[in-house]
Amino acid sequence: MSQIAFLGAIEVGLLFALVALGVYLSFRVLQFPDLTVDGSFPLGAAVCASLIVVEVNPYLASLAAAVAGAGAGMVTAWLNVRLKILHLLASILTMIALYSINLRIMGRPNIALLGETTVFTPLEALGEAVDMPTYVVLPIALFGLVILVKLALDWFLNSEVGLAMRATGVNPRMARAQGIHTNRYILGGMALSNALVALAGALFAQSQGAADVTLGVGVIVVGLAAVIGGEAVMNTATVFRATLACIIGSILYRLAVAGALNADMLGLKAQDLNLITAVLVTLAMVLPGVRMPFRGKRKGGMTS
Amino acid sequence: MIEARQIAVTFNAGTPMETPAMRGIDLTIPEGDFVTVIGSNGAGKSTFLNALAGELRPDSGQILIGDQDVTAWPTAKRAGLVARVFQDPLGGSCANLTIEENLALANARGKRRGFGASVGAHLREDFRAQITRLNLGLENRLGDRMELLSGGQRQAVSLLMAAMQPMKILLLDEHTAALDPKTAAFVLELTREIVAERGLTTLMVTHSMRQALAIGNRTVMLHEGQVVLDVRDQEREGLKVEDLLHMFEKVRGEEIDDDALLLS
Repeated sequence: MSQIAFLGAIEVGLLFALVALGVYLSFRVLQFPDLTVDGSFPLGAAVCASLIVVEVNPYLASLAAAVAGAGAGMVTAWLNVRLKILHLLASILTMIALYSINLRIMGRPNIALLGETTVFTPLEALGEAVDMPTYVVLPIALFGLVILVKLALDWFLNSEVGLAMRATGVNPRMARAQGIHTNRYILGGMALSNALVALAGALFAQSQGAADVTLGVGVIVVGLAAVIGGEAVMNTATVFRATLACIIGSILYRLAVAGALNADMLGLKAQDLNLITAVLVTLAMVLPGVRMPFRGKRKGGMTS
Repeated sequence: MIEARQIAVTFNAGTPMETPAMRGIDLTIPEGDFVTVIGSNGAGKSTFLNALAGELRPDSGQILIGDQDVTAWPTAKRAGLVARVFQDPLGGSCANLTIEENLALANARGKRRGFGASVGAHLREDFRAQITRLNLGLENRLGDRMELLSGGQRQAVSLLMAAMQPMKILLLDEHTAALDPKTAAFVLELTREIVAERGLTTLMVTHSMRQALAIGNRTVMLHEGQVVLDVRDQEREGLKVEDLLHMFEKVRGEEIDDDALLLS
């Protein structure tokens, strides 16, 4: 694997670490299987790109993308808690609806961002100043951002409100008995989750130079691959470790994909990406039964 | 004072599965009462408890806690007035959260939750002191996940959690039913201690007539969704299971055929 391919994998891995953190919030913290992400990821890209091409500040555009994602998450949660639609189905409905909405937002299937000012433009200038190529500066900056988001999430989930959100996912009846309005926490948690995913979509569009309505296909699987893969390689007993596992899982996943595509003897091509993903996720789900290198002896099994 | 006025609920109304679970339950519980509720399967005990807790909204009737009509309040809104211990030892706590996190959840019952740390150093010391009284050696295991505890330990912690913040009524939902006899006796003794010490108004549902007479100062029997027997203080003292059965037969003109109720 070339250095560029390696750093490229790290960069995309870090971007998708944000997706993984969002998926961790919905799937693990709230125990809400949420497929909205397949729609909110391109939603973030669409909102951000549409704003950037009309000369809106790219930071503001990225923030707007996150807000739009939060809205999408709240729609799914609302369909579930108010209209009592099964969570999985509610999220599929939102996802499908978002496909049309994304086309409406962009007004066409894709928007190119080449030559536009993005959040990464200052980094290119910075790279030139310190004589480092962009493909090195970008992963470093993203690493900083992802760590920042991770620490903020750790702080949140360990706060009183965050603890109440975790209780909502684990044992809603007990949570209600402790005065926790579980519906509100589901709404808030889903909003936060999809805001992160949409932010990732916005950053992805800016780093790849285009937003496309098909960007979202399989994002949920990639996010899950990162979450499950991270849990497979390390102990996730505390929030700090669990969020760290999401980031590590996301990077490992990208490296594994890059490795598989770059190994000429396997004869795999870019079109095999989704097949590789499915195989990797399957492996990650089966592997927890096998002894893994960085894992403690126990991972949340029933031991009463 | 807690007052249930003619509360009724019918499950699956209008279908062939229609089951009236409560048919107008009237019960007034003055402050300081410790009421034990018995009744056979399907008598409406759990339904009544769920209605008091807010998990179930009655079709008709009113529930008053203090002077407030809470009939339409959801569980979370009522949580400042009502504390509850569940039958299932897994039900009253969050299995994959730590002991101290579970205590922190209960410590915030009825209060506003903020963005400060859920378990600070100060709070941890407080929790340690409270949990020491259980004599279960849990004071050094505050960081352990709840799922590592036995059923009895979990129920003891659940009791502690329920009593952490002030309440108008403590609801105990057959909280010793899932435990072995020795552990059940320990949890029951702990219940007696905590209730006496804090002067809590308590309603305990139980499946055992013997247990119902052994604890508290008042016993209520439910049958087919109604209160059929209500004995308290002197009238209840010295009462045996057989006496209770005779009283029931006299009231209802029928015999109890629920073995579980008689044998446990």
